[in-house]
Amino acid sequence: MTAPAQAATPLPPLPGHGGTGAPVLQVRDLVKHFPVMSKGVIRRRVGDVHAVCGVSFDLHENETLGLVGESGSGKTTISRTVLGLERATSGRVRYGEHELTELSRRQMRPLRRELQIVFQDPYASLDPRMTVHEIVAEPLRIHGRYGAGAGGEVSELLRLVGLNPEHGNRFAHEFSGGQRQRIGIARALALHPKVIILDEPVSALDVSIQAGVLNLLMDLQSELNLSFLFVAHDLSVMRHVAGRVAVMYLGRLVEIAPARQLFARPAHPYTQALVSAIPLPDPRKERARKRITIQGDVPSPVRPPSGCRFRTRCPKFANQLTDSERTSCVEEAPALVDRGGGNPVACHYAESVELL
Amino acid sequence: MTDIEAPGSAGTQLPRGDHEFTVRQRTQTQLVLRRFVRHRAAMVSLVVFVLIILWAFIGPHLWHYSYEKYTEDNSKPPSLKHPFGTDSSGYDGYAQVMRGTQTSLKIAIMIALGSTLLGAIWGAVAGFYKGIVDAVMMRIADLVLTLPLFAIALVISSRTGGSWYWIAIVIAGLTWAYVARVVRSSVLSLREKEFIEAARALGASDARIIFRHLLPNALGPIIVNATILVATGILTETALSFLGFGVQPPDTSLGLLVSQAQTAVDTRPWLFYIPGAFIIAIALTINFIGDGLRDAFDPRQQRVRQ
Amino acid sequence: MTSAVLEVEDLSVEFATEDGLVRAVRGVGYRLDRGESLGIVGESGSGKSVTALAVMGLLPTGARVRGSVRFEGTELLGLSDARLSDLRGSGIAMIFQDPMTSLNPVYNVGYQIEETLLRHNPGMKHKDARKRAIELLGTVGIPSPERRVDNYPHEMSGGMRQRVVIAIAMANDPDVIIADEPTTALDVTVQAQILEALETARAETGAALVLITHDLGVVAGHTDRVAVMYAGRIVETGSVEDIFYTPRMPYTLGLLGSLPRLDREEERLTPITGSPPSLLNLPPGCPFSPRCPMRRDVCDTDEPALRRAGGDLHLSACHFADELVDTGAGQVFDAVGADAEALARFADAAATTNPEEDAV
Repeated sequence: MTAPAQAATPLPPLPGHGGTGAPVLQVRDLVKHFPVMSKGVIRRRVGDVHAVCGVSFDLHENETLGLVGESGSGKTTISRTVLGLERATSGRVRYGEHELTELSRRQMRPLRRELQIVFQDPYASLDPRMTVHEIVAEPLRIHGRYGAGAGGEVSELLRLVGLNPEHGNRFAHEFSGGQRQRIGIARALALHPKVIILDEPVSALDVSIQAGVLNLLMDLQSELNLSFLFVAHDLSVMRHVAGRVAVMYLGRLVEIAPARQLFARPAHPYTQALVSAIPLPDPRKERARKRITIQGDVPSPVRPPSGCRFRTRCPKFANQLTDSERTSCVEEAPALVDRGGGNPVACHYAESVELL
Repeated sequence: MTDIEAPGSAGTQLPRGDHEFTVRQRTQTQLVLRRFVRHRAAMVSLVVFVLIILWAFIGPHLWHYSYEKYTEDNSKPPSLKHPFGTDSSGYDGYAQVMRGTQTSLKIAIMIALGSTLLGAIWGAVAGFYKGIVDAVMMRIADLVLTLPLFAIALVISSRTGGSWYWIAIVIAGLTWAYVARVVRSSVLSLREKEFIEAARALGASDARIIFRHLLPNALGPIIVNATILVATGILTETALSFLGFGVQPPDTSLGLLVSQAQTAVDTRPWLFYIPGAFIIAIALTINFIGDGLRDAFDPRQQRVRQ
Repeated sequence: MTSAVLEVEDLSVEFATEDGLVRAVRGVGYRLDRGESLGIVGESGSGKSVTALAVMGLLPTGARVRGSVRFEGTELLGLSDARLSDLRGSGIAMIFQDPMTSLNPVYNVGYQIEETLLRHNPGMKHKDARKRAIELLGTVGIPSPERRVDNYPHEMSGGMRQRVVIAIAMANDPDVIIADEPTTALDVTVQAQILEALETARAETGAALVLITHDLGVVAGHTDRVAVMYAGRIVETGSVEDIFYTPRMPYTLGLLGSLPRLDREEERLTPITGSPPSLLNLPPGCPFSPRCPMRRDVCDTDEPALRRAGGDLHLSACHFADELVDTGAGQVFDAVGADAEALARFADAAATTNPEEDAV
């Protein structure tokens, strides 16, 4: 089953990115552009959506790496590209000895057992014409593992995620959102994967339901030694589940740090704005908070700003920097390196601030 | 396909290998059925249509005249002995119309099944692969649509001697493209759904995605179209037979009966109007059933409020 | 002056559906004083949006509405559509989750604001209306409003559109603004801007605010009082401090305990097990009892009334509200996650199947 081995050694680690344990999934300089076509009869490529631009990170064994950003930040594209559901424009995705971006669909197939995904929308990600049993059994069938005793295996999976195995013959739409998401998790677990990409797994759920799914995921990880790439826009959820958090803005990583540090002392102005924007469910704290607010909307990823992509909304750029300092923001895209704060930040003038 | 029969038997052994097309859809079916039952015209039509089928297929075994035997009565108007009268050769009209309805229905249903099967798979494959595959396959389908159905049917059926299945195959071969277009368009939207992406992420093969996920979910439009094709089939067969290129004597069909009676409209009107009425009744009931199904499958009909 | 601008009393809404009668709202009452802000929180299906629509008279014709809604003393239920239309916009303004439900895609936003102004101020000149429209756009934080006023809704981002809706809402100086999940579809940084615009709108018009949301954080920062809804009823209401610091209804407690927090580290969340009841054929008793860890026999038979628990205006619909004094969610709810036994078995199975898998 093994695909031709490219190189058996892991790629060199990224300096300052932190994380412990062996890297299981390594992403280097990942780029994904989507063509923009003109309208009309003859469709020409008139530009590109710069969805992901040179993103690098490592996902370590038994770790939850959070990937956080607003809509258009490219976080979902990363999850799709890593799994080969979208072809990368350039860059490398290393899993073990396999270079995933170079594999054909056929070569990728056996690896799908080890790399799984849970989708955001529990209403759209389950086939409405299949029973729950069929849905959870599907990965086993696809990989030829649906032999004797597989029925019991499916029941066991349902039990594992907190569903009654006797409900296996029901259809997904007979379940609530939280239960449906558990079905999706059971499907992802069926083949005993090593890495699970969680693409906004709880953002469609009500909070009281969401907590149960988060607890489930955390239990699964600690017991089964899973590595999670947790994609979400909710920073509070991130803080709760992730060991390290990578913040994305308009296709680029702007800051990566251990969760505790990122929320206690964010260094990138965008991270600071994000943390400030999350309302705290605590009236006194919420009203007494120091805030860093930003104006406007995310610019179009078809024509991203030159230099630092955040500069058009950056409060520091607008209010604190001198004209000569601004030049480098406009002309030079800041690299994601440690600028003295202890974690990599992509800002020429990064400065840690305590916000909480 | 792999079917878990009894509720609660989640652990039963399932046969490997997939049989396409059949879909188990309990609650959804219930929903569709309930909406269909509320469509009064469709329900009445369904009852009438089922009665016609039973009559055409079981009737000949019970009736005391055969469609291929002369009787001693010539050109008799309807009576108790001959409810639909007799023609100038002495054939019993009732037996003939029963046989004719049976043949016409057989042809129509065969057309519907054949062109649905081919068209659904064709459309699903084209819609699934998109791009060049889609372009080529759909141009072929378009080409089939531009062929003059009648001219082709005339040429081919004149060479095949008018047996009912040849007529069905010829017509099906020229109508599947309609189905292909309908299925393609619903597959085009279905393939962007997250559950298809989920199947891909699991490593599902293209065939599995098409047959196990896309086609079952496109079942609504497929069924609606199949129903309408039955009506089209009846009418096309009728027209072909009327022109003398369809079913050949001694066998008979509704079209052939009408055609044979056209010279006798004034003198023996029962020979013309009775089979004509059956053609209209069948086409009409099927169209109503199709309407009812379309409404029943239409998700916009769902009135679910919080 | 503290006379009520909006009084809702024993409001109930029922929908007849194919499956039977859905009792979406069951006896909701609240009172909104001039300039005050009330947050209504609840999960999907709790009836919070339907309540708002009923107040505005915007429910579909099939809905059966009973009870009383008084705006400055005038009963709104049963009022003709024409009279209601006069009130909407000038007296009560509404902001929806999706700005496109309130904006007309074929007119530019300036025209739409002017239209609202002219409709309720018959004497106003066009020129003045336009000037005021530009002013309003500036107030809600739209940059270069004199240029943006000629934009069509589709030329704007979601956040911009929601600002336009807020501008329209404040155009005629309403006394009440009802905002139904105004920021749910937006990114957090934009949400912060919109909430700020909403604050500005309130400050400018002195309007009272009903803010409907599922986000407890939004309520904590932007309202004076909170009503928690569950299964079509208000199950707890009080000042924000009452609700957030001394909740007296297990549901509120559970909701707070299930929330991951940015400002502190919690080992484990305490989810509420089960899911909200169907509003179709609701069983007798407290609707929360099937999910409630404090449930006793009486909970299954008697639905508790909303009564005083603690401070004067702190009401709770729980038979055992008193027992919740000084308790946290962790003491009441279990921090359930995966089925421990099944997990252990599964982990073992993984250990045994994996080597064989590599050999394939």
